[in-house]
Amino acid sequence: MRYVWVIIKRELGAYFSTPLAYVFICIFLGLSGALTFFVGNFFERGQADLNSFFNFHPWLYLFLIPAVSMRLWAEERKTGTVELLLTLPTPTWAVVIGKYLAAWTFIAIALILTFPLWITVNYLGEPDNGVILTSYIGSLIMAGGYLAIGSCLSAVTKNQVIAFIISAVACFLFLMSGVELVQSFFQGWAPDFVLDTIRSLSFLTHFNVISRGVIDLRDIVYFASLIGVFLYVNTAVVDLTRGA
Amino acid sequence: MNGADEMISIQGLTKRFDALTAVDNITFSVKRGEVLGFLGPNGAGKSTTMKMLTGYLPITAGKASVCGYDVESRALESRHHVGYLPEGAPLYGDMTTRAFLGFIAEVRGYSGAEKQHSIEVAVKRLGLEPVYNRPIETLSKGFKRRVGFAQAILHDPDVLILDEPTDGLDPNQKFQVRELIKTMASDKAIVISTHILEEVTAVCTRAVIIANGKLVFDGTPEALASRSPTRHLDDVFRELTTKH
Repeated sequence: MRYVWVIIKRELGAYFSTPLAYVFICIFLGLSGALTFFVGNFFERGQADLNSFFNFHPWLYLFLIPAVSMRLWAEERKTGTVELLLTLPTPTWAVVIGKYLAAWTFIAIALILTFPLWITVNYLGEPDNGVILTSYIGSLIMAGGYLAIGSCLSAVTKNQVIAFIISAVACFLFLMSGVELVQSFFQGWAPDFVLDTIRSLSFLTHFNVISRGVIDLRDIVYFASLIGVFLYVNTAVVDLTRGA
Repeated sequence: MNGADEMISIQGLTKRFDALTAVDNITFSVKRGEVLGFLGPNGAGKSTTMKMLTGYLPITAGKASVCGYDVESRALESRHHVGYLPEGAPLYGDMTTRAFLGFIAEVRGYSGAEKQHSIEVAVKRLGLEPVYNRPIETLSKGFKRRVGFAQAILHDPDVLILDEPTDGLDPNQKFQVRELIKTMASDKAIVISTHILEEVTAVCTRAVIIANGKLVFDGTPEALASRSPTRHLDDVFRELTTKH
């Protein structure tokens, strides 16, 4: 769709015309590198794979993605440009999708820039590059999930800090729903199907499957429907908060 | 209804925010060649009416159409015919004038030579050449307003809706904006909201006054002045807008 493309171009331009893009990319690369080598013990493990890199992605995204998504709508509402944008002859959904895809492309660029790690591991050993590729794809898809939640919640408020905090909390709940901490809260009193449902909502569960190199249709469907639902709600929220 | 010349038609337009009725059953229409001064005290409902007319705010009751297209059921078509300068002229500060106008032109469906031409015409008309390559946030208030104006006339719309276009400008800039409006008046229907009465005698062919959301006057500026023995617009304005 032409509108979506025009919005993507503008939004991507906005990232790179401010320090945001460069700060984000530097911090993303710095942190993911540091975690891989110092916390993930990349060398000590003595294995030619990037697990110690990808294992931290769900946690890294937890606060880095809301940092990207918080401005998507909150900033437009704060500065009033949302009025300009929504009175142009574009359907609201096209703007929502354009902004979302621009942010996702931006994350993809940051992710691609971690390629020196891939070169390193290929230099040091003989890793399964198929697994690495699916891990990258899985990481990008998971980032898309976080981003859809963040974009939707960014439309709820004019305040970027609030948008950041509620997005981070919402992402945290989605991330943690498969972990012992949350599961044990429900264990014992909730029926099994509730436990299974909550577990099946977890980013971690789905990402772990993909990062092992298995692209299962169920995981793709999970992330695709999560993104779809949040962007649909996002469009509704943008329309409902017009003028508010 | 007298056919094609009726560019804006508003019938029984009403907007309620919870208990507050911001716009209360307003009816009027604007023909091609008319410059309508939309007057009223602050908070009378001028901006709200304009926001409904441009499709930003949903309408509570009544109907509004632009060039025969209902602003709600045929939103995109009606927006194609409207140029809108929102109050305070919100703009994307991080973009340059060139990039911003390019973005608007693309959303409006222009590309290639046509896009360049439409931008050149608008830039020339508003004297934006000196700031063409500068980021909008670094511009003076007068230039920012003119960029907002350029954005509104870029697609040579049939209907121009300008929310306080001269607010906050110095006398020279006000004069420029008024001259510009006069030069565009012949082939468009223009609505200007203002609370500056001199503006009405300077540029408008017709005046509509609203107070507390209700229409209290609709006629020529001369007819408005003749309602007061002193022939001062200020007196008539005060009388019309305070007795309700």
